Order: sequence, then structure tokens, then C-alpha cells
Amino acid sequence: MAKYLLKRVLYMFLTLFIIASLTFFLMKIIPGTPFASANKLGPAQMEIMKAKYGLDQPVPVQYAIYIGNLLKGDLGISFQFNNTPVTDLMFKRLGPSMQLGAQAMLLGTIVGILLGIFAALRQNTWVDYSSTFVAVLGKSIPNFVFAGLLQYFVGVKLGWFPVLFWRGFEYTILPTIALSMLPIAIAARFMRTEMIEVLSSDYITLAKAKGASFFEIAFKHALRNALIPLVTVLGPLAISLMTGSLVIEKIFAIPGLGEQFVKSITVNDYPVIMGTTILFAALFVVIILVVDILYGIIDPRIRLSGGNK
Amino acid sequence: MKKSKFSLLLILTLVFSLFLTACSGGKDNTEGEKPADKDDATGEEVANVPQELRMLDSSEIPTMDTVLAEGSTSFTYINNVGEGLYRLDQDHKPVPALADGAPEISDDQKVYTFKLKDSKWSNGEPVTAHDFVFAWRRAIDPATASPYGPYMMGGKIKGAAEITEAGAAKKDYNLEDLGVKALDDKTLEVTLEKPVVYWEDLFAFPTFYPQNEKFVTEKGDAFASNAENLLYNGPFKMEKWEGTDATEWVLVKNPEYHSADDVTLEKITVNVVKDSNSAVNAFEAGETDMTGLLSSDIVPSYEGDDRMLRWNDPVVFWIKMNQKNEALANVNIRKAIAMGFNKEDLANSILNNGSVAANYFVPKDFVTGPNGEDFREKHGDLIVFNAEEAKKHWEQGLKELGVDKLEIRYLGGDTEAAKKTDAYIKNQLETNLPGLTVKLESVPFAVRLERDNAMDYDLQFAGWGPDYGNALSFTDLWITDGGSNRMGYSNKKYDELIKAAQGELATDPEKNWEAQQEAERIMLEEDAGLAPVYQRANNILLNPAVKGLAIYNYGPDYSFQWVKITEAE
Repeated sequence: MAKYLLKRVLYMFLTLFIIASLTFFLMKIIPGTPFASANKLGPAQMEIMKAKYGLDQPVPVQYAIYIGNLLKGDLGISFQFNNTPVTDLMFKRLGPSMQLGAQAMLLGTIVGILLGIFAALRQNTWVDYSSTFVAVLGKSIPNFVFAGLLQYFVGVKLGWFPVLFWRGFEYTILPTIALSMLPIAIAARFMRTEMIEVLSSDYITLAKAKGASFFEIAFKHALRNALIPLVTVLGPLAISLMTGSLVIEKIFAIPGLGEQFVKSITVNDYPVIMGTTILFAALFVVIILVVDILYGIIDPRIRLSGGNK
Repeated sequence: MKKSKFSLLLILTLVFSLFLTACSGGKDNTEGEKPADKDDATGEEVANVPQELRMLDSSEIPTMDTVLAEGSTSFTYINNVGEGLYRLDQDHKPVPALADGAPEISDDQKVYTFKLKDSKWSNGEPVTAHDFVFAWRRAIDPATASPYGPYMMGGKIKGAAEITEAGAAKKDYNLEDLGVKALDDKTLEVTLEKPVVYWEDLFAFPTFYPQNEKFVTEKGDAFASNAENLLYNGPFKMEKWEGTDATEWVLVKNPEYHSADDVTLEKITVNVVKDSNSAVNAFEAGETDMTGLLSSDIVPSYEGDDRMLRWNDPVVFWIKMNQKNEALANVNIRKAIAMGFNKEDLANSILNNGSVAANYFVPKDFVTGPNGEDFREKHGDLIVFNAEEAKKHWEQGLKELGVDKLEIRYLGGDTEAAKKTDAYIKNQLETNLPGLTVKLESVPFAVRLERDNAMDYDLQFAGWGPDYGNALSFTDLWITDGGSNRMGYSNKKYDELIKAAQGELATDPEKNWEAQQEAERIMLEEDAGLAPVYQRANNILLNPAVKGLAIYNYGPDYSFQWVKITEAE
């Protein structure tokens, strides 16, 4: 196991290095100027500004400098936010995004799993249909529409929750619900399909024959086996939720990373693009490892170290 | 055993989260009602209204360093917490601020000697002439690489352009060559390259604010990184601002400000909301007194509502025609395009936010001449929509070029609003000018700027807002090889008129005015060098209890110095 882990971690760093390099060169291909006042800068001033950010150097030199700084943990200074090191910017912004994503993920998977289970247990009844309906809605309604409706009706009209901002737990409720629609839909659909399959397998019939209760069959016997495919999907989904949603963060005025990442690309803020990409990639490879380890815990038939033993 | 624990945990989490949701929902409900009660109470208590403004802005503050600032958000807050020699008053007029009255001006109008008022930085140190010298040198220093320093100083302050040139060529330069000198602590001497007709605006601009050398040097890289690492000498100071990525900040009245007695407002709380619909929702929910600019889809639903404030912004949008392109070098083709689309309909039906069709490039409601008239009084409409005329010019132009059809690229923005406008213009042009194919290229702003720089476009939808209160902020764009021309427009007569307005006519307001009006006429009526589209209207939601908000045409967006919160109506 330890050897396996070590190997995986080494691969993780290799992956990150490749991603960092690819992103660097891709970024250099993106057209556009990183200077907001480019239409007012004379040629001489343009030279001076390029020199300040090291953009006057040939690309291979820029790459070498970049990788060197990266190894020292220095991601550079943001172009659009003067004075702010990218690492500060990212980690300050990561908190709200992570919290929101985690909450949405928790709420979404729990509700989704329950919906899926009940739908499977009561297949082709109104329970099943309404659960499917919710799942289809969650998947098909664009979340800016849903978030906008929530904000207007629940926030402004009913006044149950704060309309926007990020100042405490009650402020997280509407955005959490809005963001949880996708995990609800995904979890419910996966869960239903898997549960139906598992419920028709022999060992469930045996459990029924032994007189196990409905509750016991669903949660004790069937759930664990039905969870495996879901874990595969939920890992990456968790990352995409926790690294921030452009739409939800914009609508609820949340100081998160999602909005920042997208904006950095449109304004060619190279250091922020690089920083966030590397951060997202790092989270991804870590989560993929966690998912692989989880498989083994959920299903003992899966062995991580392969067939050596 | 393990399995049942897992399911138990699952259920517990679910129940707990539902409980939390329900619980905090209830709490918030009561909180939500409180502000309304408070409002009623203050409505009854006369003259006891908290002087606090809660407002929304649509972006973070990219920098609070006066010499690095390049956008209106930065300028707005810098202006409210700082002060230069001059400042814009409630009626947009630059008036002496730190300058103790008007300066002494040399006969050749090039040397200005300012006496300074007694005033203090927020750390108690006096503001001196040396602070100006330090800040201005820092703004032009190639090591600072400020975008606006060279833009505002080049060709105006003596020696500025040379320093930039030397810096770009990696040659030695001497910051002492910049035309600014402290004769003593209270006397500042500024030497200009040539007379500048709008000098008062120049000295009111945030790029020309002072900075305390000791403080800036001591803080080093940390200078202006948050509220503590800044000094203030304006009507307000920043109480809370965690840095350029902060989405909330607080300004409070500066008791040390020399005119503090005239400032009523005690506190300004600003929150960043980037989505226009969300800002409106926050306003409706009573979370804020003032929104950022409304996107045009929201405006119609507030038409006639006394909470919506509208003003003509002196920002003009136009189609730049690249005259290095063979077809667009032909004046008939340009006239056909400039006359070939219905701007009235665009402004009224597509934009529908109070924006008006522009048949000019110097906006209306922007500058008033020596005769007290708006710039637009003399030649109101210089190039108007006329499908028939457009078609005539088009056919003539095609004949001159010896072709029967043309394909022209059209570089536009990638926002929803921009795409709508561009699609409309394409459709209009293709309908009114037979044989024309317009190829739309919708790109992000950063890409458009780069391609503008490289003149890599045929037609380009672009806009311009002024940096000072003189028509020159628009007319000097189109002089041959001007820094922001970037469309190959060139007319000797135009150049002469504008050079005169910038030079020998700087001291003759009437002739200066006429020269610029004539230049604009030549550029549009004779040359159709540009196809003006519309002049923007701005709309915000503002609590009617907020009075005295000063809205500016250039530099800062607003000043809160004269704001008073009256009783809720």
C-alpha cells in the first residue's frame, strides 16, 4: 500500500508538471493584451510595461523563469489586481468557493441518494416519477435561471434568506441550494439505476427471504454496492463545485474563485490563469487518488496494489 | 456494524442539515424585518437620519496607488479619499483644492506656480510641494511602469515624453528633468511642454495627486496594498479595505480634511456585486441605497420610477474604419457604411436604455464653449442615417474600386449586448448596401484592444470616454498617427486645426472652440472617417433619500463629498 501510494504521488507531481507546462504554452497562444489601457499606451510605454512583467523576453526564457518560480512556490503578481500576489488572491478566494461547494455537494448527494433510493424501491410509482422529474429539472434548468428565481422569490419576495453577500451561514443557504441542483440530479439518476440493478440481484432476494426489513435491505445491503459508480462521478464533480461556480458566485456576490478564474482568462491575467489552473489540477489529482482509495473501502473486492500478492 | 454506522451517519447529517436550514431561516426572517422597522422610525424622527450610504459597485478596486490607477473605479475612490491641486466640484468644474487659489501663470502660459494650502495627511504630517514632486516623478518613472502616468503627462508636462522614450530604449534618464519643482514646502512650480487649454482638469486628475515620500518608501511593495498602507488627505478615508481583491470596503469621514465642515456623510459602505439583476434584487430588498450601472435589459422596467437616475454619459460608441484597407480607403464606401444603418432604431429599440443615436463624435452635454453653448449647438448632426444616400455612395464607391461586391470583417465584443448590437448593424448594412457581406468577429475586450493596436481589423465597434473636460479629449484622437487613432485616418486640414487647438490657440478659447468644431465637421461630413453609432446613457437605482451625489464625466465616476441622507420619503 505504501509503495503504491508513493508511486501515485510521484505520478501526481509529473502530471502537475505536464499540466503547468501545457497551460503555459497554451496561454501564450491566447490572443489579447493583458493591459487594460492598451488603447491609450504609446509604443514606448507598451515596451516599458511588457518589460515590467517580463513579457519582453522570448517565450522559452519566460517558461524557464516561470517554472523556476513555481518550484519556489512563487506564482507571481496579478496583472489586474496591482500588488496582489496570486497565492494570496487564490487562497483568500478559495475559502468561500470550497465551503459553498462542499455544502452543495453534501446536500446534493444526500438528497440525491435518498431520491434515487426511494425511486428505485418504489419503481414506476408516483415516488419514482417525481424523483425523476426533480432529477431532470436539476440537470436541465440552467443554474443561473434557478439561482435567479431563488434569489428573487425566496430572497426578495418572501424574505426568508439574505438576498446576496457572504457574511455568515444564513447567507450560504440560497447559493448552496442553487448549486446543489446538479449533484442532486446526478446522484439521483445514478442511484436509481444502480439500486434497481442491485435490488434484483440474488443476495437481496436472499435477504428478503431471511425476513430482513425494508429499511435493512435498502440501507444495509443494497446501498453500499450501489454507491461505487456514484463515487467515480462525484469525485470530479466535487472538485468542479468546490473550485467555484462563475454563475452562482456572480449572482450571489460571493468572493470566490470561479468568477476570478474566468475573468482572468478574458483579461489575459497570465499569473492568475496559471495559478488557478495549477491549483485546480492539484485538487483533481488528489481527489482522483482519494476516490481510488475509497473504492477499496466501499468494495473490498477492489485491491489497489494490483495482482502481485 | 460498520454498515449501519454509515447509514446512521447519513441520516443524521441529513436531519442536521435540514434542522440548520430551518433554524437559520427562521432567524433570518426576523432579521429581515428589522431594517424596515428602523426605516419607519427614522422617518418620524426628523433631522436624525444616520449619515451612512450603502452602495454597490460592479468591480473590485484594481489599485489605490494614485500613480498606477487607470480605471474609473480606482479614480472614484482615490478622488474621495485624496486630493490634488484642483478637484472637480459639484458641477463638474475643476476648482482649486490643495492649491491656495489660482496659480501664477507665466506669460507664455507654460510655467505655473502654485501656493499650497495648509493640509495634513492622515498620519499628521503636512502635505507639501515635495509630495507632488515625488508622486509625479514616480508616475513617469519607467521603473514604475504606470499606464496613466505617461499617458497623462506625455507631451504636456515638460520632459515627460523624453523620460518614457529613454526608459523604453533602456537608456539613462533623469527624473529631475520632469517639469515639476518644489520651490519651498508650500510652493510648487510646474513647467509644461506647451500651453494646455484644459490645465485645470489635468491638475484635478488623480494621476497628479501628491504622495508622501517617506510613507511610500517605508512601505515599499506593501504601499497601497490595504487601508492601513495608505495615507489620506481627502474628504474621506478608508476604514476597511483588505486589498485589491476585497469585495467590501468602508470609507469614513476624514475629520482632518481642510473642508471637513462641509462634509455631512459619515460613512460609506461599498459591496461588489457584478451581476446587474442581483444588484437590483439587493436594492429591492433594501440591502443598499445605490446600485452600479444597470444593464439595459433591466432599464425598461424602471422607466418612470423616481428611484432610477439617468444621465447622458459623454461616452460615444462608433465604428472605426481601417483606412489601410483598400475598400475603406475610399471615401464613398466609408460614407455608405456610416450612413447605412438606422441608429435611431438601434438606440430606441435594441439598447432601449436612454442612449441616443450619435451623428457626431464629440458627445453632447459634455463641454460648453466660451459662448456658453454646448459643443453640439453649431453642427448638431454631421452624418445621419440615410438609406438612399448610402446606396448611392455605395454604388459609386464600388464603381471606383471596380468591383461589384465586397466582404468586410467587423470586429466586435463578445458580450450578449455587444453581439445584439453587432448583429443588428450587420443586418442593416447588408440590407441597405447590396453586395456587401459583413463577417462578424466577436472577441473579448482584451483581444479587441490588441487587434486595435495592430490595426488588424476592417471595421471595429469601439467606444471612447474622455479623460478631461475639453473636446480635445475626442478631437485629438484622429490626428495623423495619433496614439489612439489606429485606423489610418489622415487629413492635413484636420491635423492643422487640432495642432492649432493644442498649440497656439490654447490661449484663445473662442478660436480654439471653432477650430475643433470645424475639424469634427471635416472628419465626419467630408471624410466620413468614422461611423458614429450612439452616445451612452447611464442608469442606476438610487434611494431618493440620498441627495447631492456628484456624477462626473471623466476621471472619477462619483464624489460623495456633498451627499446628505435626508428623511425617507
